[in-house]
Amino acid sequence: MKGRYLGISSLALILALLCTAAAAAEDEASPGQKERLRISTTTSLYDTKLLDEMEDIFEDMYDVEVHTVSGGTGIAIERAERGDADLILVHDVVRERKFIEEGYGLSRTCFAYNYFIIVGPEDDPAGVKGMNASEAMKTIMEAGMEKPDLVKFVSRGDDSGTHAREKLLWDRAGLDYDEVSSSGEWYVEAGQGMGPTLLMTNEMEGYTLCDTSTFAAYKGDLDLVPHIESDDFLLNIYVAIPVSPAVYPDVNCEMAMNFVNFLVSEDGQDLIAEYGTDTYGQPLFNPARGNCDLIGCSGDECALPLTEDACSQASA
Amino acid sequence: MDEIATGLVRAIELILAIDPTVVEITARSLAIAVTSTVIATLLTVPLGGLIHFHNFRGKRAAVNIIQTLYSLPTVTVGLLVFLLLSRSGPLGNLGLLFTPGGMVIGQTILIAPIMTGLTIAALSGVGPQVRDSAISLGATKVQAIFTIMREARAAMLAAVLLGFGRALSEVGVAMMIGGNIRGYTRVLTTAIALETSRGDIEFSMALGIILVSISLIVNLLVNRVQGNWWA
Repeated sequence: MKGRYLGISSLALILALLCTAAAAAEDEASPGQKERLRISTTTSLYDTKLLDEMEDIFEDMYDVEVHTVSGGTGIAIERAERGDADLILVHDVVRERKFIEEGYGLSRTCFAYNYFIIVGPEDDPAGVKGMNASEAMKTIMEAGMEKPDLVKFVSRGDDSGTHAREKLLWDRAGLDYDEVSSSGEWYVEAGQGMGPTLLMTNEMEGYTLCDTSTFAAYKGDLDLVPHIESDDFLLNIYVAIPVSPAVYPDVNCEMAMNFVNFLVSEDGQDLIAEYGTDTYGQPLFNPARGNCDLIGCSGDECALPLTEDACSQASA
Repeated sequence: MDEIATGLVRAIELILAIDPTVVEITARSLAIAVTSTVIATLLTVPLGGLIHFHNFRGKRAAVNIIQTLYSLPTVTVGLLVFLLLSRSGPLGNLGLLFTPGGMVIGQTILIAPIMTGLTIAALSGVGPQVRDSAISLGATKVQAIFTIMREARAAMLAAVLLGFGRALSEVGVAMMIGGNIRGYTRVLTTAIALETSRGDIEFSMALGIILVSISLIVNLLVNRVQGNWWA
């Protein structure tokens, strides 16, 4: 008797599990039937949750599933080059131009900007306050090599846009990046997104290069303060590039265009201009609208909607 | 200390309030892990049986390889499946990268070795006298195999539950193949990694408590199954 009871109950358990699986599979399948837009984004737009909000609005507008994966600009571009994304949102002008020149990207649209800042412990153990960015980096290195216990620099180390800018700053300071990154334990490579890198820098009481938006979003959890923040060289521009259907014919080029046009629409730019005011008491990003000259984007790159036939032209 | 205490309180509040995001992520985690486990069971139980009931050259080596793959690192499986499923990879045209389906493939590969190995071990645990007496009582070869499988069912169910536990708690495949897409491939483990990096500790802790609770239940089940539950 006992055996039969246990047999029946275990059968019931297995059936229940199968039903859950089937129901869930159905659940998962239904969004798959909807049209899908795959965005490969840099971490700052993601960690600040700006994209979460834009995604929700866009999904309702076009009845589409937006699937966002985040990683540094290098990874974001790499994913698109492998054909695993329809649209990239990145911030590294050198690699953006290369991406387009090599035929992967259609066109470059600037939609937002902020600034890079160098943040560090409040007592500023390396004494960089008041310097320009590359002087400050050099000073951090010298202090770090002298007192590696007290002064550390945490690098993204993940091939991101911020990492690229960091390399440019070392270069401007007259230093060779490979030598800097292997010159001692003061130089820490996090290998993570901006948010996690900030938290790590905070734990280590080090310095790091960060964008103002991510810093504002994480400020509440940090003891770090900005030390260098007014340098024209620290401008940081966010750009959207749809992946060309000429390279991957099955990319959702039209929907990528729609998303770019949503980003630069009045509503999209208003949302960028206001985002964060409720939660952080200040807007996190500056919209590109009206600031094209300041951020050095050319006329056809700046906050202009893309024409509808760009996709069909590219695939023709 | 304060952070942990307040985090814990908020986490329990989130669970008790049946926060929709928490429920959604938990349900997705369970669905993907259950699907992987069911598929892996259908593949590995017959495979384990095939290996156990047949004598062939290299059987010992095969069992050794399977046992080595028990500790297959999740990120290695992630990398392998990523290369297969990426648009420019051999199975790219299936469009499975960054989908729950892709995660199921990865998790199935991940847990298949341990489930195969434990199935073989379970069948080996049945003494030869069971087979002998079945045959002496007039059972055919197939009937004898079924008798042995019946005897080994507790240990085999434990193998399945262990596979499920590993699928549920792994993060490498889920992150690399799923991509942690909100509302689509975000599961308990990847959500915990993300929310911790975003600084939302309470949410992470709530998910962590759920994950530990499920693991605990699975473990209790394994223990009961291996104990006298089936005796």
